[in-house]
Amino acid sequence: MSQPAEGSKRGWPLWEVFVRARRGLAHQHVGSLHAPDAAMALRNARDVYTRRGEGVSIWVVPSAAIVATSPDEKDPFFDPALDKAYRHPTFYDVPEGAKHL
Amino acid sequence: MYGHDDTGGASGGAANEAPPQDAEQRFDQLIAADQRIEPRDWMPDAYRKTLIRQIAQHAHSEIIGMQPEGNWITRAPSLRRKAILIAKVQDEAGHGLYLYSAAETLGVDREELLDMLHTGRQKYSSIFNYPTLNWADVGAIGWLVDGAAIMNQIPLCRCSYGPYARSMVRICKEESFHQRQGFEILHTLSHGTPGQKAMAQDAVNRYWWPSLMMFGPPDEASSHSAQSAAWGIKRFSNDELRQRFVDMTVPQAEVLGLSLPDDELRWNAERDHYDFGAVDWDEFARVIRGDGPCNAERLRRRREAHDDGAWVREAAQAYADKHAQSTRAEVRAS
Repeated sequence: MSQPAEGSKRGWPLWEVFVRARRGLAHQHVGSLHAPDAAMALRNARDVYTRRGEGVSIWVVPSAAIVATSPDEKDPFFDPALDKAYRHPTFYDVPEGAKHL
Repeated sequence: MYGHDDTGGASGGAANEAPPQDAEQRFDQLIAADQRIEPRDWMPDAYRKTLIRQIAQHAHSEIIGMQPEGNWITRAPSLRRKAILIAKVQDEAGHGLYLYSAAETLGVDREELLDMLHTGRQKYSSIFNYPTLNWADVGAIGWLVDGAAIMNQIPLCRCSYGPYARSMVRICKEESFHQRQGFEILHTLSHGTPGQKAMAQDAVNRYWWPSLMMFGPPDEASSHSAQSAAWGIKRFSNDELRQRFVDMTVPQAEVLGLSLPDDELRWNAERDHYDFGAVDWDEFARVIRGDGPCNAERLRRRREAHDDGAWVREAAQAYADKHAQSTRAEVRAS
């Protein structure tokens, strides 16, 4: 894994920004920014990503803290889901006349 | 918007290694299917370099673009105009930040990009090397320069590189306010006193041709176009977009009651487009080379701003370090 100041040799660490557009919606990734600490990251995120009232809540996460799947192993990693068509309702034949199914 | 999920540093390092056969195939398939390339995907070295060059130049343009308009913040004619102009210049800073973030997903460092700008190794749009001599220039920049930028940027919303495309969606949304406020400034001036109208006309006269140059050299002289089109970075040619801009702008000029400084500009019913005169590409080359009216001033001001801000960056870092230490001490004590 990389260092906290990932990708940044001299500058501030990178943070990923997630914004909840309005109540009832999940936070969504909107972009990233550099900041020396979490409080500044939140303030910068407000100025950079919500200048037009785009959000009611912001999360900032150090980019280095994100663990992701690798695109190289994409197929094997997601394989187990591909051959289980019976998980989808369209897999099943519904006899004519059967309602509310 | 971007997706810096490159925690293993794979994308930066992978560039120099021979691509696994299937990785290259997969890249070609994604491009052929008009799918998006994301930061951790394998990509050809030249694709990565082209994007870094283009996105960085775009980011630099946004933050250098703050200067010609920022020049008029203290002298805006009303509080309303001043508040709008501040918001617009702040947007340009924001656009620069979205784009630097997008460039960083390709494995370059923010500080490196700024160094490249400050030392003249990377360019910004030549339009910002023209001066803003009077208030109407702020209107002309919004209407013509932002109008041309939107024309260039809308197709980039479908660019094959995901982080760049996503940042362009956001930028385009915000640019439409920029263009309208510029149009409004010119409309107000052109319907004001004869002196105000003359000021608006003068601004349009000076900004028209440089705005046409923003679409880049003619297709036959554009060195990067063919490969960028094949990679789905560029969707329309320079000349196509330039023509589209002229066709859109001429009727708007009529609404403003202002003329465009081109004797050869007339509707061509056969082509279904406006014909227009030849752009002075020698001037374009001169300005790009560094001999525009404001090249030296723009870079000097940019470096000054960066140096003047050093103490703020240092103070914020010192505060963060001190705070991190005391947090660690508290954790040990508990």
